[in-house]
Amino acid sequence: MTPGQRRWLFLVGVAGLVAFLGWGIAGLPAFGSYPGPYGPAITARVVQQTNATGVVSAINFEYRGFDTVGEEFILVAAVAGMSVVLRRLRGERADAARDDPSDLDPSATDPSGGRRRVPVTSGAVRMAALALTGPTVLAGWWLATHAQTSPSGGFQGGVLLATAFFLVYLSGEFIAFRRLSPVDVVDAAEAIGAGGFAAVGVAALPLGLPYLDNYLPLGSPGSPGAVTSSGTIAVISLLVGVAVAAAFIQLIGEFLEQTLLIQRRPPARGH
Amino acid sequence: MACFPFAVAAWILACGLYGLVTSRDLIRTIICLIVVQSSTYVMLVAVGYVTGGIAPYFSDVAGHPKTVDPVVQALALTDVVVEAAVTALLASFAIQAHKRFGTLDPHDLAEFKG
Repeated sequence: MTPGQRRWLFLVGVAGLVAFLGWGIAGLPAFGSYPGPYGPAITARVVQQTNATGVVSAINFEYRGFDTVGEEFILVAAVAGMSVVLRRLRGERADAARDDPSDLDPSATDPSGGRRRVPVTSGAVRMAALALTGPTVLAGWWLATHAQTSPSGGFQGGVLLATAFFLVYLSGEFIAFRRLSPVDVVDAAEAIGAGGFAAVGVAALPLGLPYLDNYLPLGSPGSPGAVTSSGTIAVISLLVGVAVAAAFIQLIGEFLEQTLLIQRRPPARGH
Repeated sequence: MACFPFAVAAWILACGLYGLVTSRDLIRTIICLIVVQSSTYVMLVAVGYVTGGIAPYFSDVAGHPKTVDPVVQALALTDVVVEAAVTALLASFAIQAHKRFGTLDPHDLAEFKG
């Protein structure tokens, strides 16, 4: 099929889709008057039931906790799949990680003929990355531990924590990035975060409660919104933060390894 | 314009689909998929909007004021996380496809079988 034909076929198809969408949108309640019953039902009870004041987090980690377990495992499965896809293939070799200054020169070649294809980091980028690393770690932890009181949570905090590790790489330190995030530790953190979430849910069963029921103390009822309030919501958010951070560090590491270390094996030379 | 935000979501969806169909580069295809998925964020957040509603956070407000719908916001959060994971997986496929076949054009990749 030529690109022109493909475009025409698409336009016919999308015209039908737009017609259906328009029909559906015309039947929706007007913008600003959503009649969904679940939202108001939860907002009316959430503070009393869970002592959490961040309603979205309470929904994610409590009312819809079971869905979020599934979502977490989608993330873990996707990162595992990516690791498999980005493995070293036949006919490739992985160089040892180096941070020799000569490697930062794109024209330098190592004795084996491979070339590290890494652009030279400018001083400004290095300084900005170094200056941002600390605040990023702090913000990441703050987000991961304040799901119950603010628009934050483990997913957002985890991504920010992983960003801090990427900043270490951006400051020109691939070795430091690898040393700060050894593969074994990252894998373990991912397992603890994802498995811990499931385990927190299972721990409710021996108490005679449903899976993922909130069985931890909720803090004093008179003062919702404390960091220690909301029982399992805060614990699960933190575990999600650990798992997401580990997953994204692994993801960044795999892509960097692919770009910097794995190269096509030079053809074997005869004698 | 009672349904304008929904029309915006439909428009973003159509733009992303057009890009997907006409793309000659796998990275561009992945970005178009992100655009398609972005339309669902607009749709979810627009659907849950309630006129005069505040953000669903009660840290500094008393009582039970009217809020926008928190359930669809939680769904949008789920959506973002899944998108990030899917994007990473697709990008890794693109890397390996480029290494193996030396091209990112899906039209040329279609020539390969198995």
